[in-house]
Amino acid sequence: MTGDRLRLALPVLSLAVLLGAVFYLQPRAMSYFGLNLLFNLAIPVALATIAQMMIIMVNDIDLSIGTFVSFCACVTATFVHDTPLIGYAILAAAILAYAGLGALIQFRGLPAIVVTLGMSFVWGGLAVLILPSPGGASPEWLKTLMSYKTPLVPIAVVAPLVIALVVHLLIKRSWVGVILQGVGGNDRAMERAGWSLVKLRASAYGLAGLFGVLAGMCLVGLTTAADANIALRYTLLSIAGVILGGGEFVGGRISPFGAVIGALTLTLAASFLSFLRLSPDWQIGAQGAILILVLAVRLLFVRKEAAA
Amino acid sequence: MTDNTSSTEEPLNPVRILFSKPWIWAFVAAALTFAATSLVAGSGAGSLFYAALTFAAFSAIVGIGQMLVITLGPGNVDLSIPASMTLSATLALKFMDSETALIVPGLLVAIGVGIGCGLVNFALILLLRIPPIIATLSASFLYQSLAIWSNRGLRIKPPEPLADFATGGALGIPNVAVIGILLAICAWVLLERSIAGRWISAIGQNLRAARLSGVPVNAVRFGVYVNSAVCAALAGFLLASFSGGANLNMGTEYMLMSIAVVVIGGSSIGGGNSNVPGIWGAALFMFLIVSMLNSYGLGAGVRLILTGLVIVGVVALASRKGYDV
Amino acid sequence: MSFGPVHALRAATLEIAAGECIGLVGHNGAGKSTLANVINGRLSPTQGAVTYRAGDATLTNGQKAQASGVRSVFQELSLCPNLTVLENLRIPFRTMPRKNWRRVARQKMQDALDLVFPGHGIKPSATVGNLTIAERQMVEIAIAFADRDSEPSLVILDEPTSSLDAAIAQQLLDHIKRFCTEGGAVLFISHMMGEIFDVSTRIVIMKDGQIVDDQPARNFTRESIVDAMGHVAPDDTDTGATRTAKTLGAEVVRAENGLNARQGEIVGLAGLAGHGQAEALAQIFFDHSSVWKSSGNPEVVFVAGDRTRDGVMPLWSILRNLSLTTLSEFSNRILVDRGKESDLVQNWKQRIGIRTDNVSNPILSLSGGNQQKVLFARALASSAPIVVMDDPMRGVDVGTKKEVYQMIRDEAAKGRSFLWYSTETDEILECDRVFVFRTGHIAAELSGDEITEENILAASFEMQEAAV
Repeated sequence: MTGDRLRLALPVLSLAVLLGAVFYLQPRAMSYFGLNLLFNLAIPVALATIAQMMIIMVNDIDLSIGTFVSFCACVTATFVHDTPLIGYAILAAAILAYAGLGALIQFRGLPAIVVTLGMSFVWGGLAVLILPSPGGASPEWLKTLMSYKTPLVPIAVVAPLVIALVVHLLIKRSWVGVILQGVGGNDRAMERAGWSLVKLRASAYGLAGLFGVLAGMCLVGLTTAADANIALRYTLLSIAGVILGGGEFVGGRISPFGAVIGALTLTLAASFLSFLRLSPDWQIGAQGAILILVLAVRLLFVRKEAAA
Repeated sequence: MTDNTSSTEEPLNPVRILFSKPWIWAFVAAALTFAATSLVAGSGAGSLFYAALTFAAFSAIVGIGQMLVITLGPGNVDLSIPASMTLSATLALKFMDSETALIVPGLLVAIGVGIGCGLVNFALILLLRIPPIIATLSASFLYQSLAIWSNRGLRIKPPEPLADFATGGALGIPNVAVIGILLAICAWVLLERSIAGRWISAIGQNLRAARLSGVPVNAVRFGVYVNSAVCAALAGFLLASFSGGANLNMGTEYMLMSIAVVVIGGSSIGGGNSNVPGIWGAALFMFLIVSMLNSYGLGAGVRLILTGLVIVGVVALASRKGYDV
Repeated sequence: MSFGPVHALRAATLEIAAGECIGLVGHNGAGKSTLANVINGRLSPTQGAVTYRAGDATLTNGQKAQASGVRSVFQELSLCPNLTVLENLRIPFRTMPRKNWRRVARQKMQDALDLVFPGHGIKPSATVGNLTIAERQMVEIAIAFADRDSEPSLVILDEPTSSLDAAIAQQLLDHIKRFCTEGGAVLFISHMMGEIFDVSTRIVIMKDGQIVDDQPARNFTRESIVDAMGHVAPDDTDTGATRTAKTLGAEVVRAENGLNARQGEIVGLAGLAGHGQAEALAQIFFDHSSVWKSSGNPEVVFVAGDRTRDGVMPLWSILRNLSLTTLSEFSNRILVDRGKESDLVQNWKQRIGIRTDNVSNPILSLSGGNQQKVLFARALASSAPIVVMDDPMRGVDVGTKKEVYQMIRDEAAKGRSFLWYSTETDEILECDRVFVFRTGHIAAELSGDEITEENILAASFEMQEAAV
């Protein structure tokens, strides 16, 4: 129990430290508007991270989430905007396709890394077909929703936390979530108890698809346009977010709050670097360095946990 | 138990033995796509074969490195391959500065950079106990920044003899393919016949049990990660020499490619079991599938979709039904 | 019923009635686990049938077994370590009420644990991964006896006490007796004769996939069971006599906690299960071996007890599994010396009696006990002067045990030192000197005639009773 709490303490702490550093460098950021700017893209990143978390929960890794979110963004900016009915139907079909992949992976015993790797080409290709050049437009209601002004704290901060709470209730508290986590913990035991691993893995993938779709839609709501490569880096960002948030690659150990906070930290890291006026040459490298640093601190935490 | 003498040797049937090997499917698929492409493409099958060998060589070289890493078990994968390729190619070409006399030192620089990248990767994995996926990923960001910083958008040509070597060939086989095949043979000997190969496989099946059986686990993992980075560096060096200079995106496609050739080649993604010949089959297949779609005149979108579906399809068909944990 | 390349079960007929506790015994690979798996419907017999109390004909054997209240606890733990104890009850309890399910699960789990293991001290909200092996085993047993969709009618327990200490094991045995008096049935598989005689109303003996004897327990004696299992019980040589006659060499190993061994000595690690013995052994191994270089003459080798976690390479053949430790010892070249490897493996196959036609069969085609023999051979084949053994006799039959004891004594006489952790007293009595562990520390060091069951138990418990 305390171990789980420690697990969550690190992402919270690293977010706080980073936030402190940003405020120190740029005191004006300490405002409603400033926060909104800092966490600008936090909502779609958090949703994509949750999607990745669903996959990691069942001991798989999804290398296609970035292209999938891009694809969903392209659908949202074109079909959902122009012919909503067809648009939503496509998105629903995409979720079903994700669930189908989960079923296929379980049924044939396939390596998820490779299947999702292959699917990243498929989603990328579909995105290029739908939107060969950047463009499209956001549905009005999405734009309104994304620019909604919540009291005191901007929506870019509130929404991810609400998302985390909802997912926490779904995965950590409900019986469905417990059964899904069981797949990651000991799939043979699940099978012996009579659960269908095909159905369970399909459900986990379906949930990942759902959150991927939501990420794509929110992304369009924020950027008001899309292109086929809009979210490519989400694949790596989402994996890093889950791990940063205390998740493990195997064993079904995941934390929704941790994952969302991990996502917020990574979003903030990007803003922090631009505040530092770092030469663009080093921005990518600095992102890597921050990731390494946080993980190094996590190691210290884990050691302390083991000693305690 | 007593009546269990039924495991008498089945008559040795070479075809049957061949088709029981997991790597054969990669070659079958490559042959089929080759046939399908040759039918449509106006140019001769010979030149297609030559091109396929050339481009497959780069994938095979990085694939061999990646394969050994993946054999180390679940969670082991080297995502820094593209960045290591770019960094070593950039630094080596900058060092050679198109001077013929500096080719050999330039190659050493590339390999040295590879060793350096491998060292950093493994140091992160070992000292910070970061999962390899994240460690190699975050390290690759550093390499990429270094490459950008040292490159500054300049495109330095490789020394002429080196460029000739990389684009040339003998007896209808491109030189880069010869290097790729030699490396594959070395990898096969390593995995199938050497003690170190047994150790790699043992670690991939059960790290703790390997440690308790006296396997020097850290030395083996260290060697494997450095080897992967060196393979990437060598591939980057050759690719830059082949294509007339290094550029910052040259490695990008090899991240997915290196993993794809390992798995399509029949190695187990769960570790402990690898297939060297399959790397070449899969590398040829991955090139041929793209040229096949090109020759049918399909656009980029359709090409991507079909490439993806083929990867998923091949993996789904090649896998045995049921799952091994 | 075929299992791997070996027929595991032939012409086995068994009927289990309510209120019976059946003790199932047999040597390794006799087909006990397979029989249990056929009864609970996990395996389907290639010929013949299994009939259950409930469930209509359309259901599979597994579903019928479930509907009839057949529950099983196997040697491999089947809990999800990432979930809490109460959440683990939810997994087999498929029709748990969905409203307030947590409260229901907590209550049922608490009741089940209290019923079987009074005073257990396990919280239903604890994460299973943070529990000790013994506690996990207790949770698993409690889940099997818990009141779920259906009442438990037949509970199959396969070596349930393997990681439990004596006091907890006794609680379990008491519960089994209570359960059977109340009309339940238990199929109890164990190598511990004392337990078998304690709980069984009927004893079934298996040999080579067949049931060779099936009679009320009172018709048996320990000796008659051993005879029926097919191993000739060798007359016990007086271990006490050999012990005093021994001359020991210099000290070869000493750990920080005081654990030490001299050349040619068999040192036992005793005490209740999970009191730091395994960790102490692993530490000695880690301290005397390197993760960076492999030595041609290693100082220490390890025999794993937890096969899946610490020993077996599941993708490999018997041959490769056996030769792993000695690869660099018997070839100072870079390549594997395959001729020598094959000789080595054939030699050990004969010496330790691995039951297989072909050593290139996969290791997993062997029964658990035979896999354990491979792990023994892997370590003993080395020339290392120190052998560390982490409760290596789990799931090994009596006959093999005697052979291994003899082998260990012979090797010790040649000057090898053994550090041997065991949960079974008769194994500890084989040792020259014994360290009794309690809560991670050495509580007593016994040697010579001091090594008695009473002294070991006294040292294992003493403090605990004082502290309560």
